[in-house]
Amino acid sequence: MPDPVKPDISALIRLLGPGIADLLSGREIELEHVTLEFSELELQIPLSVPLPVQNPGIVSGTHPPSFTGKIPDSLISETFFAEPETYSSRIREVTIGGTRSEGGSRGRSITVGGSSSLPFSQPEHPPAHPPVISLDVFDTKISMPKVLRAHLGDVMDDPAAWAKLNVEKFGADMVTIHLISTDPLIQDKSPREASRTVEEVLQAVDVPIIIGGCGDPKKDAATFIEISAMAEGEGLLLNSVTSDMAEVKTLEPVCKAASESGHCLLGFTGLDLNNAKELNRRIYPHFPPDRLLMDLTTVALGYGLEYSFSIHERARLSALMGDTELQHPTLSACTNAWSAREAWMNLGPGFGSVDLRGPLWESIGGITLLLAGVDLFLMMHPLAVSTMREVSSRLMNPGMPESHGADWVSAKI
Amino acid sequence: MEIKKKKGIKEISPIDVYKLLPRTNCGECSEANCMAFATKVVNGEASVDLCRPLFTPEHTAAYGGLQELLAPPVKTVTFGSGESAAVIGGKHVLFRHEFTYQYPTIIAIDIADDLDPDALSERVNQVSRFTYSYIGRTLRLDALAIRCVSGDPARFREAVLQVSEVSPLPLILCSHDPGVIGAALSVCADKKPLIFAVTAKNWREMGKVAVHYSCPVVVSASGDLSLLRSLARTLQDWGIEDIVLDPGTYHGEHIATTIHAFTAIRKTACKDFDPLFGHPLLGTPISVWNGQELSDEMNRWQEAYLSSMLITRYADLLIMHSLEGWVLLPQLIWRFGIYTDPRKPVSVDPGVRPFGNPGPGSPVLITSNYALTYFTVEADIKAAKIDCYLVVADTGGLSVEAAVAGRYFSASKIAESLREYKVAEMVSHNYLIIPGLAARLSGETEEESGWRVLVGPRDSSAIGQMIREHWPPAEE
Repeated sequence: MPDPVKPDISALIRLLGPGIADLLSGREIELEHVTLEFSELELQIPLSVPLPVQNPGIVSGTHPPSFTGKIPDSLISETFFAEPETYSSRIREVTIGGTRSEGGSRGRSITVGGSSSLPFSQPEHPPAHPPVISLDVFDTKISMPKVLRAHLGDVMDDPAAWAKLNVEKFGADMVTIHLISTDPLIQDKSPREASRTVEEVLQAVDVPIIIGGCGDPKKDAATFIEISAMAEGEGLLLNSVTSDMAEVKTLEPVCKAASESGHCLLGFTGLDLNNAKELNRRIYPHFPPDRLLMDLTTVALGYGLEYSFSIHERARLSALMGDTELQHPTLSACTNAWSAREAWMNLGPGFGSVDLRGPLWESIGGITLLLAGVDLFLMMHPLAVSTMREVSSRLMNPGMPESHGADWVSAKI
Repeated sequence: MEIKKKKGIKEISPIDVYKLLPRTNCGECSEANCMAFATKVVNGEASVDLCRPLFTPEHTAAYGGLQELLAPPVKTVTFGSGESAAVIGGKHVLFRHEFTYQYPTIIAIDIADDLDPDALSERVNQVSRFTYSYIGRTLRLDALAIRCVSGDPARFREAVLQVSEVSPLPLILCSHDPGVIGAALSVCADKKPLIFAVTAKNWREMGKVAVHYSCPVVVSASGDLSLLRSLARTLQDWGIEDIVLDPGTYHGEHIATTIHAFTAIRKTACKDFDPLFGHPLLGTPISVWNGQELSDEMNRWQEAYLSSMLITRYADLLIMHSLEGWVLLPQLIWRFGIYTDPRKPVSVDPGVRPFGNPGPGSPVLITSNYALTYFTVEADIKAAKIDCYLVVADTGGLSVEAAVAGRYFSASKIAESLREYKVAEMVSHNYLIIPGLAARLSGETEEESGWRVLVGPRDSSAIGQMIREHWPPAEE
């Protein structure tokens, strides 16, 4: 649950200034002849305090610099206090994966979302939940760069074994099973067959599962409906529902099936916030918003990552400022990095081996969108996964360094 | 104490600018009238300097007013001289979607002064030689940071002399010893290098060196934003204006400190117009090399992702150590991307492009008008020496993959492009090769366009092979 006191405290800090430290420590302080205690204040302040706008206040004791042209006698002392920033709204929390008590068989469920501030902007406001990593499994042999295949060994023909490898060896929080074989243009396997594959994966691992479709709005609907019923209570995330489904009139049945069986949905749109909002509006009448995530499209570094980055920043900012249609956690398929030729192609000796360049491409795409606020990442390369894990956990748990920085200036390197 | 709130670039209306223009509609700026020009100026599409009449004496005050009105909250600092001079800072906004980021992050590579002369020249040459061709542009590195490792002013001066003889790239002189910096500046002040760094310990002496040679300076206060402000304030009061801020780049366990500090500084500058934090930011990913003992590969890996994070979070200048292509390539590409205009996809004009000497029997391919896609396909077709027609569909500047997902590249769009560009009149067959990433559109495309579809490779590097093996298509 969010801490409803948080925004109030920041409001108070603005209003009260330096005495706040005493206030926060629970001691009694005197405020213009009125004695208050922290516990009282907590009750008094309504949730959305209109914050005083104007003056930066940030900078105590700042005067516009006065040019003198003379060497100052001593260092002129300034201070800095980063003013806490608060927003009126927060991102919905979505819980994926159903445990036994919820009618499923997952070992644990995972909650994403819940952010109430811009990502990694203030040490006091880490995201409500750590970023989550899901690793891909495909039900069909797909062409894949060697540097990715190399880590998979012989599991590529066995989705259950692949899922197990992802969880046990690579530490996946979740597993995505991509049901490519259902594509009418490829093998056109039946929803029934796809459902059996999902069953095997559910039995092989106990992490929450994401179901990837083939992209065909009619076929995916049939597959999702079949799987929803089979896996009732498992809290799957169905990836994805689209405006194409609305057009061929399969959106509503999928929403209803997922809603009845307790699953989550991922709304997918192509780099357009208006489309994302419109799709959400079409979903709301048939599906609970607090089980909906958004995929706003992830493009590879060098192929338009900046569009993905900016659209996620815009979405998050609008959501925090009150746009309820965007207050959903977001998912990034940063495996799309591998569509960039810089990730897998031999570019000559000057650009090193793809063994490092490839996973770096995936890592940078993911970390960039982590900084834009993405909550859930679809990934593949183990090195990218461990890098993402390390960076995100360090960003989540900031600590002040003891030393004043290493001296790189005179270092022998 | 309240600072008078200046208008942000997004709050300035064309009227605000128009009021200060001569309002003669003279057209010298090549706009129809002053109002049209004012609109371009507030959108960042034209510089007020294009208004020549502003430079006449009667408009001096108005010109000053415009400069003040449009001044970015983060000042620009220039170092280096001549054509390769580097300009950093000049940011108007925190978020890229608000207003195009100005002045792409300058990437400097370090040079240690204790290298022997041959090794030093070789490293400088490696920096100059490093290029990558990307959507019709050449990406390269921008600057050199010479570090005093020897501790010897004479040695440092020699190294600086040698570097400036072989390279025109702008320099950053790195030492905390004012004596060392002074020695180097005695031979290269005309190149206007950036001095690293003024600190709490040396500010008076280093400040004097900076004033004496009128060179820009970095103020450095690792992990102490109050001290960083104090240093900036002290130098500003002294009259030193060209200041770059170094809040310290922590890595590994303390990476959050770095990200939070850079964010707090830039936010304070852009949202509150704070004059002390309204300076360009220096990030030093090179710091990873002085951390715990790790393999070179691990250091490079860390430096790579840390650099990209700093480009994302507001660094205007980076000092890096790795010269490996796999480390630098993503930085140059990400820097390019994040500094593009967020309103305009990087696109090329749609239409039909002939390659080689195409005739009625030549293949017809189709792709998106996203510049990267187009230039990549173009390069691959040229490398494969194929005669063909390439239809460039208007996908709103999105790549094939994104355009298919967003339905900017659809069967009807393909059919429309073929009709609009009269492709049927150019060839005697009706086969169209669509990108492998758009394979799912093939059936629908055949229905909508009446053309027969061949699915091409997922990556255009295989176009040559496909044409050699499958063209002309076997009649069914």
